[in-house]
Amino acid sequence: MEMLNIALPKGRLGEQVYRLFEAAGYECPSIRGENRRLIFENEERGVRYFWVKPSDVAIYVERGAADVGVAGKDILLEYQPDVYELLDLGMGRCRMCVAAKKTFRDSMDRTLRVATKFPRIAKAYYSSLSREIDIIKLHGSIELAPILGLSDVIVDIVETGKTLLENDLEPKDTIVPISARLIANKVSYKFKYEEVTALCRCLDGLCREQDQ
Amino acid sequence: MTAMDPSLKHEEQAILRLRSLYRSYGYTHYKMSKFEEYDLYVRNKSFLVSENILTFTDTDGKLMALKPDVTLSIIKNVKEGSTALEKVYYNENVYRTSPTSHGFQEIMQAGLECIGDLDLYAISEVVLLAARSLESISEAYLLDLSHLGFVTGLLNQLGLRESALRELLGYLGAKNTSAITAACGRYGVSPQHREQLCRLALLYGTPEEVLPELKKMAAGPQMERALAELKEICSLLSPGGYCLRLDFSIVNDKNYYNGLVFRGFLPGLPSSILAGGQYDNLLHRMGKRGGAIGFAVYLDLLERFGGEELAYDVDVLLLYDRGISPAKVAAEVAAIEGSGQSVRAERTIPAGLKYRQVREVR
Repeated sequence: MEMLNIALPKGRLGEQVYRLFEAAGYECPSIRGENRRLIFENEERGVRYFWVKPSDVAIYVERGAADVGVAGKDILLEYQPDVYELLDLGMGRCRMCVAAKKTFRDSMDRTLRVATKFPRIAKAYYSSLSREIDIIKLHGSIELAPILGLSDVIVDIVETGKTLLENDLEPKDTIVPISARLIANKVSYKFKYEEVTALCRCLDGLCREQDQ
Repeated sequence: MTAMDPSLKHEEQAILRLRSLYRSYGYTHYKMSKFEEYDLYVRNKSFLVSENILTFTDTDGKLMALKPDVTLSIIKNVKEGSTALEKVYYNENVYRTSPTSHGFQEIMQAGLECIGDLDLYAISEVVLLAARSLESISEAYLLDLSHLGFVTGLLNQLGLRESALRELLGYLGAKNTSAITAACGRYGVSPQHREQLCRLALLYGTPEEVLPELKKMAAGPQMERALAELKEICSLLSPGGYCLRLDFSIVNDKNYYNGLVFRGFLPGLPSSILAGGQYDNLLHRMGKRGGAIGFAVYLDLLERFGGEELAYDVDVLLLYDRGISPAKVAAEVAAIEGSGQSVRAERTIPAGLKYRQVREVR
């Protein structure tokens, strides 16, 4: 059997995802050890896991360094990688929102200044509304932008809304719901068809159980 | 695969094999100019893989482009009025960007086009040549076939707007069944059609496995016709024992393509190395009659395929100093080269050069 290379997003979501893979029978005990290694293998089960930065998962999969991976829908919408999107794992649920200061009143006679980590998503959303915008691409602490007057609104991921609330901001519109997706490289899917579809079946079964 | 000069790079070997393969089926070489008038591409921008085009102004003030594509140039020059098919092959560089590359790239392409009043034999011959092209590069390969007639036949039954159909086609291309299910719910598609779309997205296998499944799905003349054609092509090719798979997630733009579409894959390469299909619609858009089918092989991808890096740049590094007569160095070089080894004569050891052994001329 050929090894299946799986890219997991580093962090809380990745750990949650790994537990799902483990429950589906793709365990790799060495991953639990406290160390700084990035690659973990379980030859018996034919899996090799590696932790990568969440926004890089799609790149690893698209370029075939990983056969499959788990990435947030936000990343897939933003980078539009040429991959198969096989499964909605229903984890890491949140939404892509437009947020602004509670006191903010939108006025249509001005160009809207939008601060975001997701310029492509923001652009697509506002062009669907035929709204003229000025995109300000930031890499973190997006909430700061409207507070300091850098932007009018932000487009960002909202999970509980707590960070927004603590900074006197509130979600105004939901652009799209987000959750973690199982993605596969298009060529790996074909050459490792048995392995990839078996994994997909197991995960799908588990997700359905959890939903019930 | 026949043995070739090992000094040829992987992609160079592939080109030689492909050229002789296409010639052996009577395709003639089509050599074209590096430039085309920009106008040709503006009118068919979405046919191109990427919309970015390198342009420059010619001496007479005309806006010219470095070819981003070969097919359009060939169609432009097709002679009409002959009942015979036009069968040509090419091997050209094209210039385009890709979403993952930050800038223009020169991409080496080989391929062929068959244009005219197509029949089933001509179509299956092109598919056969696509399979044999892959076979000539690697023993392990897969050629995935899809038929747009079948896909659009199913989609047309849903009675949706063009934008909704495009959205569904996108999901089909990503095998994204959860998005198909959600979109079908939004557009009020019947559960039966939704089920069929999801099944079509995930279908993957040999013609023997998949064709019976398709038979169950086929409804209406368009789907029936497409299925019959697909079946016929598969059975024409089956004696060759080619690694064919059916996969309906290959969704080329239906403004250009109509019938059979296909992609070729090699293990270890992250994207398809061969892409093609029947593009009667493009032909008609450019004011020509008849049908056309063809494919391209992206040879630049082979740079990283299979072949191990050579461990040494040269077998023998031959060192000499100024005091040695040139004739003596020449004789030594000739002797080593004559013994079948490669040799590089230098006065000092070049930095970074990897050599198997070093000798000195005394």
